Amino acid sequence: MNGTRLSPALPRLALAIALLASMPLAGWAQNVPAANADAMATMPGMDHGSMDGMAMPAPAGTARRPAHPRKLAPASTTHAHASSAMQVMDHGSMQGMDQGSMEGMDEGSVQHEDASSPQMIEQGSMPGMDDSSQQGMPMGPMQGGSPPPDARDPDYSAGTDYGPTHGLGMAMNDNPRFGKLLLNQLEVAHGRQGNGHRWDAEAWYGNDDDKLWLRTEGERARGALESADLEAFWNHTLGTFWNTQIGLRTDAGRGPDRTWAAFGIQGLAPYWFELEATGYVGAAGRTAARVRADYELLLTQRLVLQPEFDANLYGRADPARRLGAGLSDAELGLRLRYEIRRQFAPYIGVVWVRRLGGTADFARAEGEGIFDRQWVAGVRIWF
Amino acid sequence: MKSFHPPAATDLSRRRFVQGVALGGAAAGLGLLRPNNVWALTSPGQPTVLSGTNFHLEVAETPVNYTGVVRSATTVNGSLPGPLLRWKEGTTVTLRVTNRLRVPTSIHWHGIVLPFRMDGVPGIAFDGIAPGETFAYRFAVRQAGTYWYHSHSRFQEQTGLFGPLVIEPAGPERYPADRDYVVMLNDWTDEDPGRVYAKLKKQSDYYNFHQPTAPEFFHDVRRMGLGGALAKRRMWNEMRMSPTDLSDVSGHTYTYLMNGQAPAGNWTGLFKPGEKIRLRFINGSASTIFDVRIPGLKMTVISADGQDIAPVPVDEFRVSVAETYDVIVEPQDERAYTLFAQSIDRTGYARGTLAPRSGMEAEVPPMDPRVWLGMEDMMGAMPMGHTDHGGPQGSQHTAPGKDMGDMPGMDMSGMQEPGGTTAHSMPKIRHARTEYGPGVDMHVDMPRTNLDDPGVGLRGNGRRVLTYADLRSLDGPIDPREPEREIELHLTGNMERFMWSFDGEKFSEAKPVHFNFGERLRIVLVNDTMMNHPIHLHGMFSELEDPQGRFIARKHTINVQPAQRITYRVNADNPGRWAYHCHLMYHMEAGMFREVVVS
Repeated sequence: MNGTRLSPALPRLALAIALLASMPLAGWAQNVPAANADAMATMPGMDHGSMDGMAMPAPAGTARRPAHPRKLAPASTTHAHASSAMQVMDHGSMQGMDQGSMEGMDEGSVQHEDASSPQMIEQGSMPGMDDSSQQGMPMGPMQGGSPPPDARDPDYSAGTDYGPTHGLGMAMNDNPRFGKLLLNQLEVAHGRQGNGHRWDAEAWYGNDDDKLWLRTEGERARGALESADLEAFWNHTLGTFWNTQIGLRTDAGRGPDRTWAAFGIQGLAPYWFELEATGYVGAAGRTAARVRADYELLLTQRLVLQPEFDANLYGRADPARRLGAGLSDAELGLRLRYEIRRQFAPYIGVVWVRRLGGTADFARAEGEGIFDRQWVAGVRIWF
Repeated sequence: MKSFHPPAATDLSRRRFVQGVALGGAAAGLGLLRPNNVWALTSPGQPTVLSGTNFHLEVAETPVNYTGVVRSATTVNGSLPGPLLRWKEGTTVTLRVTNRLRVPTSIHWHGIVLPFRMDGVPGIAFDGIAPGETFAYRFAVRQAGTYWYHSHSRFQEQTGLFGPLVIEPAGPERYPADRDYVVMLNDWTDEDPGRVYAKLKKQSDYYNFHQPTAPEFFHDVRRMGLGGALAKRRMWNEMRMSPTDLSDVSGHTYTYLMNGQAPAGNWTGLFKPGEKIRLRFINGSASTIFDVRIPGLKMTVISADGQDIAPVPVDEFRVSVAETYDVIVEPQDERAYTLFAQSIDRTGYARGTLAPRSGMEAEVPPMDPRVWLGMEDMMGAMPMGHTDHGGPQGSQHTAPGKDMGDMPGMDMSGMQEPGGTTAHSMPKIRHARTEYGPGVDMHVDMPRTNLDDPGVGLRGNGRRVLTYADLRSLDGPIDPREPEREIELHLTGNMERFMWSFDGEKFSEAKPVHFNFGERLRIVLVNDTMMNHPIHLHGMFSELEDPQGRFIARKHTINVQPAQRITYRVNADNPGRWAYHCHLMYHMEAGMFREVVVS
């Protein structure tokens, strides 16, 4: 892969992520309406290959799914293939399934399945439709959603409370506070424009609901701090896979330091994409945004290829820090690590860095390149 | 005699880890045979037997060595497992437990119906036993069979505080045997269990080294085409769930023990050909479900959770955490047989031997292939067709007893759908309103209700595997009348965050569950997760029902398979405060726990 081929792709990827960031991410992730539809679609013996390719896409489900992280992924092309293949297969496989499920079943159950299956697909694919008790079996999404009006009350206490020894001795702690320090990247970089060091780390402390969350990244080049920032958040658990983050970011490095109020969302999207999208508001009407996505591709149980994408946007130019308005820079990394232990993994990788728009102009004006490809080597450690 | 071949292992250190060391174990547990015991024919490694009505037990730290490294275990009377306690039905036992640890401790008598103050759960039944103190348990023994005891304090169960408990019936044994052995299984880790819990909280798949990989994907593409390979993974990827999430903690850190012996230690029970041997299997693990078989021997299951059942001849059975199964074997040949108990995730096994002479060994079979969770594990009854390896066990059933007239599924024109649930009997599932928060990653709207599924990894393996559908308690239900009231509880969790709960509420967030004293209840459990959960109610029996709501077997621990709905009766006849929880210790610790108040 070389830079010229890559660079046009970057802005598009970045835009896709930016778009994503502006969406009510957690909302749809919680509600993944498609999950249920997909569930129906993949039912019969899917994991055994006995019915190859027999995926019936839920008619409405796929279409309704909002911008999906798969668009960001290297796998996007393959997935497109898959979708079209499924469309083609739709019809035939439906028939096959009916026949298959009829064997050995009595009349009643066949009728039931026939009547209910399409209905369940429909309901599953319509958010908010999880309660349709008027039509027999209510079907909600398999993940997320909100409680139907007739949801069960989990309180079976009938007014009884805990006894006087409650909480003594068993030392059970179902909401413990833990802390984790992840040095995600601690690396040396060798680029066309020289060598440097780079770090990317996060740390958190807290319980299932709330955590103090710190994030920092930065790089040193030519013996000086090129750029660095530190973020501190109150991280609050929002849904099954998502957290909100509210806090501060401070930037150091070349030019005057900047401080921002930060608010964002972070979590795990379907297909196992780790996403972070954060918006920033600074002094003098400055605004910024940062998005980030990564994925872990297991080559073996210990050899992990981790693509990572990162982009920064600024609402207005900040000449003192040589930043233009709009998309300022994007970075795509590909790191291959070997987990000697879960918590200790050396890696090698390659990173493409691209300055864009006004930021690129600033760089050109100072005779610096706007694109660099760097070879990196480092370690990933967590405690 | 075949010599012992260690199974292929990837590297030497790993092999040593899995096999353990031959002379490991608690020092006091080795070779200390009590010659005065006339009841159990002990052999090396068999736990010390204490019998009578007065017992003094000491909880202390004891150095052990299972992997080549000396670690500190929490033991009863210096052995791991603790001594075999032998009681007699109809007597009153007194057990003085002295705590020689620096932290509080407790002993809970698992499956024993007793006054709640004697139940041994700190914070519910009593205050626990402080360091240096002695607590006297005293209660009447009103049941017989195989049970066990363990600590209910923090993680002591994982570090060794457990032991077997056998109660001789007041009358004659229903299934007399020439020899009687306890086979207690457990999972040992050199790690501090607090660290294990912390690791799971920080990275819940920390111990799972069998996750789907890219090369497997390309292998599937070649085999089933791109569409097939993608479709196979689609739901898992959409839902952010792992198809290989069979066990939270694996052989990566565990060494699996049989009667306190690592596989290399080879616990051995002696027999003479032609004898009838009763093996009392107890799963005293913190977190591991085992699949047990004895290659070359048919086992006849005669008891489940201490309750005599109509005999079921099987090749294999799955024993979930805290369950017990008694089997009869009758080896006719002058040869050794391997007792083989592989973990549900196939990352290791416990192993021992039945032999005419000590020192003999039989071949240790390779572990079964690891399979992904099936669609029925994710979606319950929704996958209407059946999987190629998941053929209904019902077809190969041999009716276990003569009184099988009410065999479920047989009286319904024999055409029950393989999924087990006929359309008209599909129960209505009601999720709790608290099941829509961060602690819940899945809802199953159409759970499976059939009990004849041996479970993931055992389906269609060519062996006759015990299922819950085979169980028939011979003593019948405590009360034959229909339950008066139903309580529905859902087993919930978020694997990614390692949060576990009932109805989406952790113990600390929930109120007690109230049973009216004297009422007859039906508990409906729906497993909204993709893991097995052994659910244990203290103080009262859980009387398992078939999918039609008819009593089949009395148990103390009910294993609910992924996406399964199971019902059982509880006679709320034992007033007091009781623990009710998932017996996977880390799930319990994470909040899959309720207090039940009977008043």
